[in-house]
Amino acid sequence: MSSLLEVRDLTVALAMDSGPREVITGTSLEISAGEAMGLVGESGSGKSMTAKAIARLLPDGAKVTGSVIFDGTDVLSLSGDALLKHRAEVAVVFQDPRAHINPVRRISDFMTESLRILDDVPRTEAVRKAAAALEEVGIDDPAKRLRQFPHELSGGMLQRVMIATALLSEPRLLLADECTTALDVTTQAEVMAILDDLRRDRGLSMLFITHDLELAGAVCDRTCVMYAGQIVETSVASRLHEDPLHPYSAALVQARPDITSTADRLVAIPGRPVSAFEAPSGCRFAPRCPHAQESCRAHEQILTGLDGGLVRCERATDLRGTLLDGAHV
Amino acid sequence: MSIEILDPVAEAEEAAPSRRRLRGLGVIGWVSIGVIVLALLLAIFGPIVRPFDPNLSDLSFANVGPYGSHLLGFDGQGRDVLSRLMEGARTTVLGAGFVALIAVVIGTTLAIATAWFGGKFDATVSAGIDVLFAFPGILLAVVAAAVFGPSLFSAGLALAIAYSPYVARVLRGAALKERSMAYIAALEVQGFGAWRLCARHLLPNISSLIVAQGTILFGFAMVDLAAISFLGLGVQSPQADWGVMVAEGKTGLLQGYPLVSLVAVLCIVAVVAAVSFLGERLDAGSRDVRR
Amino acid sequence: MVRMSETSIPATTSTEVEPVLSVRGLRKVFGTQVAVDDLSFDLLPGRSVAIVGESGSGKTTVARMIVGLEKATAGTIIACGRDRSKPARRGAERKLRGREVQIVFQDPYSSLDPRQSGANLIDEVLRVHHDHDSAARTRIVGELADIVGLDRRQIHAMPRALSGGQRQRVAIARALATAPRVLILDESVAALDVSIQAQVLNVLADIRDERGISYVLISHDLAVVRQLTEDALVMQRGVVVEQGRTVDILDNPQHDYTQMLRASVPGPGWKPQRMRERLKSAQAAAAKP
Repeated sequence: MSSLLEVRDLTVALAMDSGPREVITGTSLEISAGEAMGLVGESGSGKSMTAKAIARLLPDGAKVTGSVIFDGTDVLSLSGDALLKHRAEVAVVFQDPRAHINPVRRISDFMTESLRILDDVPRTEAVRKAAAALEEVGIDDPAKRLRQFPHELSGGMLQRVMIATALLSEPRLLLADECTTALDVTTQAEVMAILDDLRRDRGLSMLFITHDLELAGAVCDRTCVMYAGQIVETSVASRLHEDPLHPYSAALVQARPDITSTADRLVAIPGRPVSAFEAPSGCRFAPRCPHAQESCRAHEQILTGLDGGLVRCERATDLRGTLLDGAHV
Repeated sequence: MSIEILDPVAEAEEAAPSRRRLRGLGVIGWVSIGVIVLALLLAIFGPIVRPFDPNLSDLSFANVGPYGSHLLGFDGQGRDVLSRLMEGARTTVLGAGFVALIAVVIGTTLAIATAWFGGKFDATVSAGIDVLFAFPGILLAVVAAAVFGPSLFSAGLALAIAYSPYVARVLRGAALKERSMAYIAALEVQGFGAWRLCARHLLPNISSLIVAQGTILFGFAMVDLAAISFLGLGVQSPQADWGVMVAEGKTGLLQGYPLVSLVAVLCIVAVVAAVSFLGERLDAGSRDVRR
Repeated sequence: MVRMSETSIPATTSTEVEPVLSVRGLRKVFGTQVAVDDLSFDLLPGRSVAIVGESGSGKTTVARMIVGLEKATAGTIIACGRDRSKPARRGAERKLRGREVQIVFQDPYSSLDPRQSGANLIDEVLRVHHDHDSAARTRIVGELADIVGLDRRQIHAMPRALSGGQRQRVAIARALATAPRVLILDESVAALDVSIQAQVLNVLADIRDERGISYVLISHDLAVVRQLTEDALVMQRGVVVEQGRTVDILDNPQHDYTQMLRASVPGPGWKPQRMRERLKSAQAAAAKP
């Protein structure tokens, strides 16, 4: 099966007062039809910017090189109607639904706007479709919800409305950018279940961006781990937890407290996460890495295949299987 | 769970905000600063360094244009216009400054008090402020002149009182927002008293907005004071004042000699424009500083 | 539902040590809405209790009542043997309370005065509370910076120059400046990146070991709760539905809601389920021996 989305060597620099600042460096990833790809990282890792680049939602003045191919078309060169069509096929759901919905308009207006304006769907037909989409994301009594205003709905309910709205344009790829982060855990489970069902029923592909390695592991097929604007590891999602390839992935797994056992002390990663433009030359994780050597700092690291995954670490083979031992501190 | 530092770039960028604000001023900004500095220098030293006695009248020179060392000529009573401008800068500029200062002090006090205590106190004071809003500043000044006799002081005080609700309303919003910040709550839990919290933490954090309000009011005050003096209810002729000069020049204006009114008006417009421009920049800047 | 009474307060029964914080029948009503209803717990010196719940559970209101930012509708709060159920009338009483219980909030960006460095902030707190001379204050600032792991430059830097994790360390140092017996952590690590969160959790654990301080952790994150506390209360819509040892609550939840909460946490082998299915499977799991 060929891939639906193919990102090749994507580099993004944002325009700042003081000149361009790189936020993503040479990122490549592929998503097949119906696949859920996780994108995990901390602040400044560039994970949200990757999604924005794919959806062509980068801020003005951003300098983009590399290529983003969606279903055979080069996304970065799209404009006009072709760009609108692309944005219909690639839907985005953000972290904070309230920031992306007009508070003084009814849910029905919000949901049907693009159908009525862009696709010339008659109002009653558009409302019917919206109600069906709400039902699909598990909202009872959609007719009532459509008449309500955003402030009358809880955060979880609103996020489901956002997902239902995204579905209306019948997208083939869903970019979920921390879309459950602001929700309670029980609501998060609910929203994840809905996304899971949609993926199965509609064959929807998904790029699931999160800081939560456990969540990505549970709902994705494969997961990319990003650090300082680079992908440092791509692995089968369920394996990332037990058998990480990159020291950073392992450090993330260990830093997170475990709900099933109490650690004497967490294995914290020293320092703080950095952005691409602040990163040192050579391996970008080296200053925080317990396994770093002279040569790590001297050489730019290259993403290479290892045991069915990809890893950007020259010591990955040496360290194979020892990363979670916790002998080092 | 994580608050994404969406652009850590901006964080690094913030290192020197005041310098950045100055750098963004542009030509108009620097010209404005120049005008204001000049106006202040005139207000302080004008009456000392003026070339001639501003009240020395020689009717044989009435409405005579620029002549020799009299660079701006003479007014309708044969007095040196340049000297009167320099002499008048003090009452005009300092008068407006006095009005802006009093209005800002009253307005800020009301704003912080209402934001801090909230509840019934806030409701009562806010209702009082709404009533004051109904009185135009000039009207209040006219009433003050009628009651206390015409003088710069009574007119200025009336204007200041009329302006203070504007300041109070704008600053109350900012103060409320600051009041709700977690750091204020944290310091309350530390046992800090209301006085210390307001004076040492809340006030400094809305100070740039206060300065911005003050400069905007300064512009208004200058125009309104000039209008009041023009009406004869503020500074009294023959004392030199830019507003008085506009009024005195109006006979010349009718006789085809507009110079006196014109230079006085130009001085007022230049200072007001400069101050308003800077005030707006400060206002915008104070909103930028915080995310 | 387990009805909470004073006799069922867990893990503190065998003791003669006086609790540093004792809450009885705490209740808060906003208008017609009951935000917190009949909440009681004891906190012993050097131990930690978690108040767990989702948004709207009333957990943050509990924290605000304990530190006096919100007035309790009913119930008593006794900290260090002194009643603090009523608002402090006098400055001296307010300061005294400030030396008993302190709080660290969630948002690292709003919890520091943007115009004040950490050193300056701690110095001001010390000046308000004590008569130390300037050398003594400088020494204490240095000690506190060491405890929370900030270097000289960072403790003297303006908040804008610090990252979220560093700001939160400053907030912790500020809270510790008056040497309180109880520290309330109101989602204090929730907004931090995973790698930073681990650092701060370790700092908190160290502080407890060294100073014998007690924590009240307000959190929605069960893994963090397990890492930092011995006892826990689970709140749902203002009511405590389960109360006991943290380990027991997480490993063997009794109440339906706690079971659902526990089942919602992703982990190895976890599959997201919708509400009803989750309740069912949680109950089935609990029925197993």
